[in-house]
Amino acid sequence: MVKKETQTIEALLDANNFDFSTVKVLDESGKIVNEALMPELSDEELVDFMEKMVFYREWNERMFALSRQGRLGFVAPTAGQEASQLGTVLATTSDDVLFPGYRDLPQLMEHGLPRHKAFLWSKGHVDGSTYPEDFRAYPPQIIIGAQYVQAAGAALGIKKNGRKAIAMTWTGDGGSSQGDFYEGINYAGAYKAPAVFVIQNNGWAISTPRESQTAAPTLAQKAVAAGIPGIQVDGMDILAVYAVTKAAREFAIEGNGPVLIETLCYRYGAHSLSGDDPKRYQPEGAQEHWRGLDPLNRFRIFLTEKGLWTEEREEEVVAQAKEEAKQAIQDAEAAPKQKVSDFLKNMFEEADQITQEQIEQYEAKENK
Amino acid sequence: MAQMTMIQAITDALDIELNKDDRTLIFGEDVGKNGGVFRATEGLQDKHGEDRVFNTPLAESGIGGLAIGLSMEGFRPIMEIQFFGFLFEVMDSIAGQMSRTRFRMGGSRNMPITVRSPFGGGVATPEMHADSLEGLIAQSPGVKVVIPSNPYDAKGLLISSIRDNDPVVFLEHMKLYRSFREEVPEGEYTIPLGEANVVKEGTDVSIIAYGAMVREAIAAAETLEKEGINAEIIDLRTVYPLDIDTLIKTTEKTGRVVVVQEAQRQAGVGEKVISEISQRAVLSLKAPIQFVAAPNTVYPFGMAEKEWLPNANDIVEAVKEATVF
Ligand SMILES: Cc1ncc(C[n+]2csc(CCOP(=O)(O)OP(=O)(O)O)c2C)c(N)n1
Repeated sequence: MVKKETQTIEALLDANNFDFSTVKVLDESGKIVNEALMPELSDEELVDFMEKMVFYREWNERMFALSRQGRLGFVAPTAGQEASQLGTVLATTSDDVLFPGYRDLPQLMEHGLPRHKAFLWSKGHVDGSTYPEDFRAYPPQIIIGAQYVQAAGAALGIKKNGRKAIAMTWTGDGGSSQGDFYEGINYAGAYKAPAVFVIQNNGWAISTPRESQTAAPTLAQKAVAAGIPGIQVDGMDILAVYAVTKAAREFAIEGNGPVLIETLCYRYGAHSLSGDDPKRYQPEGAQEHWRGLDPLNRFRIFLTEKGLWTEEREEEVVAQAKEEAKQAIQDAEAAPKQKVSDFLKNMFEEADQITQEQIEQYEAKENK
Repeated sequence: MAQMTMIQAITDALDIELNKDDRTLIFGEDVGKNGGVFRATEGLQDKHGEDRVFNTPLAESGIGGLAIGLSMEGFRPIMEIQFFGFLFEVMDSIAGQMSRTRFRMGGSRNMPITVRSPFGGGVATPEMHADSLEGLIAQSPGVKVVIPSNPYDAKGLLISSIRDNDPVVFLEHMKLYRSFREEVPEGEYTIPLGEANVVKEGTDVSIIAYGAMVREAIAAAETLEKEGINAEIIDLRTVYPLDIDTLIKTTEKTGRVVVVQEAQRQAGVGEKVISEISQRAVLSLKAPIQFVAAPNTVYPFGMAEKEWLPNANDIVEAVKEATVF
């Protein structure tokens, strides 16, 4: 009698393990570690990437300062996520439709949102979310996950309209636990709709660490169940993020369906500036670890060695960010007071009787 | 007795119930080490362990489903929805599922779930955090909806909610969390669900309110007192089921009624109060019932909350309408 090999459950499971190793181009010492993936970028473009990262690092500082002065409302820090946010959005064009989350104001600004509108959004003014018709983006989403299903819809619309574009959306590691997340990637996959879904895995959903979100070893592998490609990329490496996103966009535009990208990054600051204190929950040393992988730092070394970047240039960009933030907050503060009667007028194309009565009541109050 | 804010009273109630019954569990987003974004569960994980007080992944529908399943295994879940504006993500679990389990299983099962959630405006949260959505739940058969207006009530009502064998949605107005302190007894005490509170006796007009609007009603009554109008204030405390007896009694006493809610005028709890009074005590009324509520728009952007939210002045004006009639 031949003794049957006992199959261990582990052996069966092993076959289902996928390799989702992290895509990298530039390491933390500023060295190119993957020449084959190095995107084709001119010197000007490389410098532009650095300028943008420096700009938004300083912009983040300005938001802190303005928030402390009570001049902003809701503020979600972005420092640490520059390569992830900019590397993805810089691979898009103005034809693409963006569905950002509440932390993704830099992407919106790069897409053309006037800076003062970003501040107005923070302060809670309708003008911050009032976009011209040809601006292809939705206001930052508060309901985590909602942007994913909407992006799937926009992507299907783009496909039906025969446009050569994508819908791009972002959520966090926490957001990748939402039902809407799965529904969004699954729908886009089923319709082969041109969407690029980004998970910015910054390690934390408020106080909940990434390990508590899911037993999955990577978030990129969630793509497998939807039948679409999933890629994990070093989110502190703007060249890698850009290269992967650009490839994903081309893949989607060619009619191959959506792509899911997980960017490994870190949020240096609090979850938001509304009373969250990361010291309560983050382990000691984590900040230092991630600061060592800083996206600006490695790109700065890389460019400096190429002779493309100087301290003076960096100071100029910082000064420019300060100046633009100053102007933007002044413009935001000059926005007209909002009227309840206008809100009422914007509820429906045509007001019903009770709404009409309320419009009159509020107009009477406002004109007093 | 100790002086407590509403949030301290809530933490105290949760602590008491965790101590009393080890089948009681607390879970939700960030309720563990962080103690919740408002610190309502502060220290509870340290004290009662990670098996009893734990973080969930970020998915409200999952939180609701977890509560239902755990109930079937004999636990008493206290689930937190981080902000009630996220209700829509968990609407099916609450209004579609836990609400009807007793009914669809012929009364053979309990659903002893408490859904805690902060809500309410005036604290400049981002969009979709402050909406008053109690009307949606109050319209769903099979769920009780409790809304305390002060620390004393919050503790007694929360203990009752946790001990109730039916699903209770317990809504905590964010503006009330830390705005004042009050004497709260140590140890356990309960306030029955479904009983309104006569906050202040009065003879000329009845102001019926709940949640943060009770504070506005109290401020309005002080102004009115100076003008010689003596208002009675009723705090509903539970918006479903309503305390019909108290509503009728006060209507018969004063003959003039002003109903106040923070939610939009469109529909909801206030409409239900007006409807019950109209159906049961219309002949006791000396004037049309006045209704103070927010306008029929989406909850507004942060910078416009002040103009939008109903306040004590609006109540004063409505009372005058009702009394000069
Ligand atoms: C549906 C929903 N649930 C909960 C929240 C509250 N909330 C805001 S941010 C956040 C954590 C999000 O973490 P993650 O998705 O990882 O993104 P990050 O903020 O880290 O960028 C939570 C729970 C929300 N806005 N929407």
